[in-house]
Amino acid sequence: MTDRTRIFLLLTPALLLLGGLFLAGLGLGLLRSFRYMPALGLTEPDLSAYAAVLASPGFLASLGLSLWIAGVSTVIAAGLAVLSAVLLRQTFPGRAVILFLFQLNLTVPHLVGAIGILYLFSQSGSFARLAFAAGLIGAPADFPVLTQDPWAIGIILQYVWKEVPFIGLILLANLQAISPGHEAAARSLGASRWQAFRHVLLPMLMPGLVAASALVFAFAFGAYEIPLILGAHAPEALPVLAYRSFTDVDLANRPEAYAMAMIIALIGAGLLAVYARLALPSRGRDAR
Amino acid sequence: MRADRVRLLAGMALALWLVLPLVPLAIWSVAHGWRFPDLLPVAWSFKAWSHAFSASSGVLHGLGQSMLIASVATALAILVGVPAGRALGLYRFRGKQLVLLLLVAPVLVPPIAIAPGLHGVFLQLGLTGGVPGVILAHLIPVIPYMTLVMAAVFGRFDTSHEAQARSLGARPWQVFAHVTLPAILPGLLTGALFAFLVSWSQYLLTLVIGGGRVQTLPLVLYGFATSGRNDLTGAIAILYILPGALVLALTARFLTGRAPGLAP
Repeated sequence: MTDRTRIFLLLTPALLLLGGLFLAGLGLGLLRSFRYMPALGLTEPDLSAYAAVLASPGFLASLGLSLWIAGVSTVIAAGLAVLSAVLLRQTFPGRAVILFLFQLNLTVPHLVGAIGILYLFSQSGSFARLAFAAGLIGAPADFPVLTQDPWAIGIILQYVWKEVPFIGLILLANLQAISPGHEAAARSLGASRWQAFRHVLLPMLMPGLVAASALVFAFAFGAYEIPLILGAHAPEALPVLAYRSFTDVDLANRPEAYAMAMIIALIGAGLLAVYARLALPSRGRDAR
Repeated sequence: MRADRVRLLAGMALALWLVLPLVPLAIWSVAHGWRFPDLLPVAWSFKAWSHAFSASSGVLHGLGQSMLIASVATALAILVGVPAGRALGLYRFRGKQLVLLLLVAPVLVPPIAIAPGLHGVFLQLGLTGGVPGVILAHLIPVIPYMTLVMAAVFGRFDTSHEAQARSLGARPWQVFAHVTLPAILPGLLTGALFAFLVSWSQYLLTLVIGGGRVQTLPLVLYGFATSGRNDLTGAIAILYILPGALVLALTARFLTGRAPGLAP
């Protein structure tokens, strides 16, 4: 058996199953987003579902909200993850405990995190009770609205909680591979601690940081159950809006749900392009 | 000395923030009446736990469904992911980039983009509203996960031991059982346990393909969270994170934070 045959046989089951499921879902979604649904008598594909979606203010508000949630969550989580990775690279009492908590956090489903954040930050939650006990507020309504709020603060807090350990552990693994000699050399040439970090360590961490951030952005942009728990009623995060229009009793609105799904897929494809450039081995290195 | 103190304080703040959201869940699960503005419940009770373990709450059924779906999805992912991981870890070939791209795509293209179309396909095949369809849908995030972990495992695998076993007359399945499997087993187990957690955490794919008729634990949890039963919600949430904590205890020494070993 040649290597080519062997590779083909090894890959086929996984690619058939995954490709079949993924591309079938995407393909049928694409057809229906063009209003091609023979069962409903629609046999002339057109772009009117996209036109309707893009013209509706609700869609644009939801798209904007989801981009805001994903962008802010990713920037804050990435920044805190860099700080934590730098902290955890050094030895100090309790370091092992934090490493354990980082790993424990990875195994906690986002839905649990979302409910936990709700119980902490809602107007009758733990922090509101502490504020009442401290005499800062007189009633739940005096506490700032931090969950189910228009700025999606609760949603962003949940992603920061879950993703700092995710990015932090990836950065720590990358840091292990970087020899401390580079920084020492910079320091011996007169660089301050900050300069050594900014001009030596950070550039070396950047590819891993951006690749991990792309994963976080994609997740925060596309997740459904977190904004469902922690989001405001209007505007809704885009995945919540897309699911609601998909389950609309009026079947005539279905193509618009598919069009929204395809717009979400397109944004995912853009992130895939970024991720592929940074994290997948290039052909040059592959050929060696 | 000042730097040491800053480090310690930062570490303590970080540790506190990491456990904080789990604290009210744990307290609620044993609270008997915990209204605003009480800092702690007025009375304690295991009522929520006993209700969670009674048949009528649907929690045990949800736990069973989640276990079944995640186990079968993981087993299927091992069957196809170990061979594919071997091809990716050991060989360079034309089209490898494309294969990797297809594997990463389901991680970056969210389930909400795929689920509506997949629902249409599964409707034609009679796979909606049941466990088999939900298992197949879960394979979309689980297979890439398993395959990428196995690609990393095989990337560090030395094939010369297999060649030696073969030259000594071992049959292919003997080579696999006595040489290959023992070498890849630690990585395979870690990958499998975390692939299990990927399925275990799925919400939207179960909701869309199961059509509300497949009630896994997260769906049961969401139902109680929105019905104002905070005590029961706390108990289910703790129950829901236990397998993950167990997995961590079992695999802590394998976890090094390599990218394919994690899900965002």
